[in-house]
Amino acid sequence: MADKEEILAGLAEIVEEVAGVAQDDVSSEKSFVDDLDIDSLSMVEIAVQAEDKFGVKIPDDELANLKTVGDAVDYVAANAA
Amino acid sequence: MTLRLKQGPAATRVLGIGSTQPERVVTNDDLSTIMDTNDQWIRDRVGIIERRFAEKDELLVDMAVTAGRNALADAGITPSEVDTVIVPNCTMPAPIPNAAAQVADRIGVVGAGAFDLNAACAGFCYGLGVASDLVRAGSSGKVLVIGAEKLTDWVEPTDRANAIIFADGAGAAVVGGADEPGIGPVAWGSAGDLVDTIYMRDHRYLSQEGQSVFRWATTRIAPIALRALELAGVEPSDVDVLIPHQANLRIVDAIAKKLRARGAREDMVVADDIKYSGNTSSASIPLALDHMRKAGTAKSGDVVLMVGFGAGLSYAGQVIICP
Repeated sequence: MADKEEILAGLAEIVEEVAGVAQDDVSSEKSFVDDLDIDSLSMVEIAVQAEDKFGVKIPDDELANLKTVGDAVDYVAANAA
Repeated sequence: MTLRLKQGPAATRVLGIGSTQPERVVTNDDLSTIMDTNDQWIRDRVGIIERRFAEKDELLVDMAVTAGRNALADAGITPSEVDTVIVPNCTMPAPIPNAAAQVADRIGVVGAGAFDLNAACAGFCYGLGVASDLVRAGSSGKVLVIGAEKLTDWVEPTDRANAIIFADGAGAAVVGGADEPGIGPVAWGSAGDLVDTIYMRDHRYLSQEGQSVFRWATTRIAPIALRALELAGVEPSDVDVLIPHQANLRIVDAIAKKLRARGAREDMVVADDIKYSGNTSSASIPLALDHMRKAGTAKSGDVVLMVGFGAGLSYAGQVIICP
């Protein structure tokens, strides 16, 4: 299973592809909405790609709790197959 | 006692297409004067630049009649040659009466077999599939399928999540027998477990769980489109024109991207009629096709892949040859 550093790097790739945010800007403390300016539909696209990439399920009600990049990394680390 | 059965032609095609939209154009700036929104926000979220709203006295059936007449004119046939009228819709003012009987009467299709069909935004593709099969079975000779909606009757005017998206209009197709197949088999289905994601709030106002619907549409609909291709024996690379239901430009783009990843061409024309028409539910696909034919982006003989999806949840798609 991927460690958190690998998850962050993988997530950063997805965020760049979906929302055009430079990978270097995607760090753990950043808020998806407030810092990275990612809207709710882009969050869904990120979640769907993260599901494929990490083999994890991210239902919409869980997605609502993932406020920061770090939240997402922790969620994937805890739930990945 | 053996009952006699009828048998229709082996193949069907779309003989003509027509549409209509209300005169009244509503821009994003217009909407920003009555609710907290703005032009850029709407363009970024749903890709809509402007849409058409019907006036109070301009009814769903009025738009259906005009679209139906335009489709007959395009096909070059008279109302007397039609025997069945199907009006896919989900926004009549009340459950009774239906739209189809009065629309048939006003168009001049006397004593038509006439019924409404509610598969929400998948309605046109459902209706086209039913029409094609009615003709092939010999039950009908020529069928008029008219997707018509007055969504503004059912959207709270200041609800910024929905009022920016939904609009009014009608689009129609005439279906008849053919020597060569011009309408492929329908790939249809439903996901009733997700019924609560698109619903009427307080039995009055159209509402949806945006993220859930977006996730479903961007992941589950491309496979339906591919299934429609498979049923018709068409490769993704053969598709000239893709017309997904015009729900949200980002969903349209996601479906196109998935099909291209499976071999659809980069130069496949993808409908973006939502930009100037908004989301007109069962009318969106025939509206887009009519506009694209008039603009020359969809040409006679083109392989057109259509896929509708919406409340229910319901979905349907098929391949047609552009008339």
